[in-house]
Amino acid sequence: MVAAFAVTLMVGRTFYPPGDVLRVVLGEQVPGASFTVGRLRLPRGVLAVVAGLAFGLAGVTFQTMLRNPLASPDVIGISSGASAAAVVGIVLLGLDGTSVSTLAVVAALVVALLIYTLAFKDGVAGTRLILIGIGVGAMLTSVIQYVLSRAGQWDYQEALRWLTGSLNGTSWTTVGPALVALLVLGPVLLGQTRNLAALQLGDDTAAALGVRVERTRVIAIVAAVGLVAFATAACGPIAFVSFLAGPIAARIVGPNGSLLVPAALVGALLVLVADLVGQFALDTRFPVGVVTGVLGAPYLVYLIVRTNRAGGSL
Amino acid sequence: MTSTHSLVAEELTLAYGERTVIDGLDLAVPAGRITAIVGANASGKSTLLRSMSRLLAPRAGRVLLDGAAVHRMPAKELARTLGLLPQSPIAPEGITVSDLVGRGRHPHQGVFSRWSREDDAAVAAALEATQTTELAERAVDELSGGQRQRVWIAMALAQQTDVLLLDEPTTFLDVSHQVEVLDLLTDLNAVRGTTIVMVLHDLNLAARYADHLVALEAGRIHAAGAPGDVLTEDCVRAVFGLASRVIVDPVSGKPLVLPIGRHHAAPSTAGAVAAEV
Repeated sequence: MVAAFAVTLMVGRTFYPPGDVLRVVLGEQVPGASFTVGRLRLPRGVLAVVAGLAFGLAGVTFQTMLRNPLASPDVIGISSGASAAAVVGIVLLGLDGTSVSTLAVVAALVVALLIYTLAFKDGVAGTRLILIGIGVGAMLTSVIQYVLSRAGQWDYQEALRWLTGSLNGTSWTTVGPALVALLVLGPVLLGQTRNLAALQLGDDTAAALGVRVERTRVIAIVAAVGLVAFATAACGPIAFVSFLAGPIAARIVGPNGSLLVPAALVGALLVLVADLVGQFALDTRFPVGVVTGVLGAPYLVYLIVRTNRAGGSL
Repeated sequence: MTSTHSLVAEELTLAYGERTVIDGLDLAVPAGRITAIVGANASGKSTLLRSMSRLLAPRAGRVLLDGAAVHRMPAKELARTLGLLPQSPIAPEGITVSDLVGRGRHPHQGVFSRWSREDDAAVAAALEATQTTELAERAVDELSGGQRQRVWIAMALAQQTDVLLLDEPTTFLDVSHQVEVLDLLTDLNAVRGTTIVMVLHDLNLAARYADHLVALEAGRIHAAGAPGDVLTEDCVRAVFGLASRVIVDPVSGKPLVLPIGRHHAAPSTAGAVAAEV
């Protein structure tokens, strides 16, 4: 991850050697490099890391808590909530900047609450929540498309960012809120590591181990949704990062122990690498979300096919 | 070493929504002994067990552990004294035996505290007691039903509680594994003095392994006491609506229930049953 981050800073239309990059990061003035690296690439790289960590952490929290790999916030409509609100804000209300981000964060929380309430019946069962989430997500996607179809040329460009997720045009002001959210909510989630591990054994077992089940669940949901919302507000819903980070981390470190930190790191790595690929691997530049989407979609199909074979119930 | 914790239910009423499952029940669990709760389906056995481990808040009445209401105690504090193995716990995909058993240490750990030598010792002891040490690195989903149940009991043992509640620990096991699990619990009771309360379906195994038998009928206690006193033909008829013969088990000297269906009564006993009914 560190290597990918370094490469992000070095590579671009002009290549800067590691020495120059390091000096810029340390605050020195280097002709040319200071602007390109300091103003353009550094925020972009930092946001990639912050968003990746946030998406990875939030995704694996949901997947662990609901005991289902399909239960990541980008599959169950929470990211769509943030996107839909942002698009409505930009196109219909003419908002920009911070107000769009705020709106996106609030919308993500409201959508999460809505899904949770709709799914609540003698406690929340994972499958019901996932199906309702996918439904809500589909509704929100159609809202996004309707709004986009009425958007003007300029708004359309800006709003598109909220559909695919992109790190283009990142500045320090976009990074700020997401970074703060990560610094506040990240530790909150890490503090729940043990409770989440107990919750994996079933609600009754967890309660018998002294976990306050509903309290843990509410803390984890609010923190994870907050992370997703702020990260989405900064760079759009980078497709499937939340969804992929946990399973990939599980493959790497094995099923034992907590996946929170590994998944967060995998998330950051995914975003960094996908952004590099999107920018430089092909003739056309793609936003980062397109690349992660290409990776994530087949895995989603694979998971659904596999669960169907295993007996039809998600 | 024998556990001296008192566990008492006082005028306990439990309900799911509108439906009252347990109605004004009083129960004292004998400390350091094995108690089995038996009863027909939906008689409230599991519900009672859930409430005794604070998973279900009472509608009225209370459950007292050493005189303190369990529903008011801090969750972790209770979990260091009283453990529960639910009916169908969930093993995360691919988890190894040692990791699963280690999660039983939860109530003994702080939020950021490190895994301690004590934790290691507790897990090792739990694995040994359940004879699962050699399975430690295996994945739980690869194990047989009997092995898996022993691993879950090991997790509950790692919790190191003096009182252990188990909800149908022998379900889905064949008869040899049922006996194996119950023998293990008996060892635990004999060696560590752990107070054990379990819900059992099999009347004869309950009679054989329990010191104290509680027969539930529609949310009330029909009878409670030594299996020889509780398990009579009248009791089986009242609790299960089933005609039966109860004889002395030639193996254990405890009562042995022989159910009488509509087809299999031998001529000599049929008359007796007909006369009784």
